[in-house]
Amino acid sequence: MAAFVSREVERRIEALEIPWGPFGVDPYGVSKRHLAVGFSLVEPFYRHYFSVKVLGGDNVPARGRGMLVGNHSGGVAIDGMMTIASMFFAKDPPRLAQGMVEKFMNRLPFAAMLTGKLGQFVGLPEHCIRLLEDERLLMVFPEGARGTAKLYKERYSLVRFGSGFVRLAMRTRAPIIPFAFLGGGAAFPTVYNAVTLGRMVGMPYVPFTPYGLPVPLPVKLEVEYGEPLMFQGTGAEADTVIEGYVEQVRTSIAAMIERGRSRRENLAEQVMKQLRVGGPRP
Amino acid sequence: MKVLITGIAGATGQVVAMRLVEAGHDVFGIDRRSWSEAPDGVEMHKGDIRSRPAEDVFRTVQPDAVVHMATVTHLVARSEDRYRINLGGTRAVFEHSHRYGVKHVIFVGRHTYYGAGPESPLYHTEDEPPMVTSFPELADLVAADLYAGSALWRMPDMTTTVLRMVYTLGPTGHGTLASYMRGPRVPMILGFDPLFQFMHERDVARSIETVLRTRIRGVYNVAGPPPVPLSTLVRATGRSSFPLPEVAFRFALGRFGLPKLPIAALSHIKHPVVIDDRAFRVATGFEHEVREDHAMRDYRDAFPVVEN
Repeated sequence: MAAFVSREVERRIEALEIPWGPFGVDPYGVSKRHLAVGFSLVEPFYRHYFSVKVLGGDNVPARGRGMLVGNHSGGVAIDGMMTIASMFFAKDPPRLAQGMVEKFMNRLPFAAMLTGKLGQFVGLPEHCIRLLEDERLLMVFPEGARGTAKLYKERYSLVRFGSGFVRLAMRTRAPIIPFAFLGGGAAFPTVYNAVTLGRMVGMPYVPFTPYGLPVPLPVKLEVEYGEPLMFQGTGAEADTVIEGYVEQVRTSIAAMIERGRSRRENLAEQVMKQLRVGGPRP
Repeated sequence: MKVLITGIAGATGQVVAMRLVEAGHDVFGIDRRSWSEAPDGVEMHKGDIRSRPAEDVFRTVQPDAVVHMATVTHLVARSEDRYRINLGGTRAVFEHSHRYGVKHVIFVGRHTYYGAGPESPLYHTEDEPPMVTSFPELADLVAADLYAGSALWRMPDMTTTVLRMVYTLGPTGHGTLASYMRGPRVPMILGFDPLFQFMHERDVARSIETVLRTRIRGVYNVAGPPPVPLSTLVRATGRSSFPLPEVAFRFALGRFGLPKLPIAALSHIKHPVVIDDRAFRVATGFEHEVREDHAMRDYRDAFPVVEN
C-alpha cells in the first residue's frame, strides 16, 4: 500500500465484502490498491474540508443488494464522491457504493481507467442488473446530466427523474434507499454552463463559478438516507404504474431536501443573528 | 467416438487432439499445415478444408463429431484469405457434416465476437448482438459464428454447438493475446488498462471434451478464471509495459518493433471484452482447473524475457 494510506482506510478496505482475486482485483476490475489511494485522497475532503454530516446511514442495508437513489447537487462530481465516501467512512462494516457514470467518461484516457478501478461503471442497464444480482450497492442519480447542470439558484430543486431505475430495482428485487444530498450547490455555485466549450473537449458542458475557477468552496455538506422503499412487481409494468413509484421516491427525496434546507437556513439565520448582535448596528 | 478436428495442427488444435486421444476417442485431423509429431491415435490428412480430398475424409471416415477450429485472425491472414478460410471453410464443414451423417458439430469461435468499445457492457451474455462496426477485421469471424449458429435451425437433425471462447494463454504461447504479449515490453495505450480474460490451453481442451461428452446444443460463452487488467498481465508474465498516448500509438504501430495491428484493434487495447460463461457452466458442469496466476506463470516460464 502507498505510504499515505492510513490504517483506518486500510482496515476499512479489508472489511469490504468484495471477492478479491489473487492480484487484489475483483471480477469487474475494481482494484484494492486504487480504492485505498482514492479513499485516502478523499478522506481529508470528507472529514475536514466539507465535514460531511451523515444522517440515517443505518437505513442502508449492511449487506446485500441495494440502490441508493439521490439528487444531484453541485456541478462537478462532489455529490457522488462524498456519497461514496459516506458509505465507506460512516458505515460499519463499510460498503462500496458503485455509481453509474456518464458514457463520455469511458472515452477519456485516465478517466476511463480510474472510474473502472474504483468501481464506477458506465450507466448501462446491463451493469445495473449485474451488480445488483451480485449483491452490490448501487448509487443512482435519476436526474442524470440534467441534474448536474443545475445552477446555484436552482440548488434545492429537483429536475425530471428518469424511470429506468425503478424498473431495474423491481426486476432485481432490490430495495431503493432514497437519499438527499445538501450543500453541493453552495460548494460549487454554478452560474453558467458552457455547452459549446464542453462539446469541444468531449464533455456535455463545462460549469463556471462566479470566481472563475472550477474549485469547490469549503461548505458543510450533508447526506441523509431515508427509509428503504421496496416496490413489488416484475419491472415490466405500464409506464403509468412505474411513474407512481418514481414519484414516491422523488417525494421522499424532496421532503428530505426541504427539511435539510430549513435546517441549514435556520443555522445560517442564527449565525447572521449572532453577527448582528455582536455587530455595531444600533 | 470418431472425432474429426479441422485446424488440428494449430497449437490449440494439437492440445485438444491429445486430450481427446487420452479420453479414448479416435481422432482424425485435417489441416493445410502438417503435424509431423502427431501421436498414435491421430490420423492426419493434409489439405485445405474446402478441397475435394477434405470432403473425401468426411465420406470415408464418417466421423461422429467434428470440432471446427480452422479459423484465422487478422494477425495471420490478409482479409480476402480470411474470408475464404473463415467463411468458406465453415460453410464446407457444416455442409459436409450434414451430408455425411455427422451427429455433432462444434464450432470453436472467439469471444471477440462481441467487440470492445466505450459503451459496451462488462460481461457479455450470449443473447447480445455483435458489435462489428468497431472492428471490420473481425467481420468474417462474426459472420462465421452467425453462420454456424444458423445450423441450429437449418440442420435440426444435427447437434450444433457454437463456442465463444476467451483468449488462450499458456505454454504453447499461441493465440492473439499470447502473440501480443511476446516481447519484453508490451505496448499499452496511456490512460487505459482494460480487463483481459483468458484461459489455459489445457482448460480449452477440457472444455471441448466436455462439450463432446454432454452434447449440448446452442451458443455458449466459454471462459476460465476471472479477467485481470492488462497491467497485471504484463507484470505477472515478467514483462514491462510501454504506455504510449493514443496518437503516438497509432503512429508507432508496425514501427519500432511494435506489432502491426489494424487501427480498429486499438479498441481492444483500450476497452475490455469480458464474457459471462454461467450458461455454459450450468449446462455442462464445467469448472476451469488453471487459475489466472498459474496460466500467466506457465506462459512466463515458456517465454521468459531475455535481456540482451
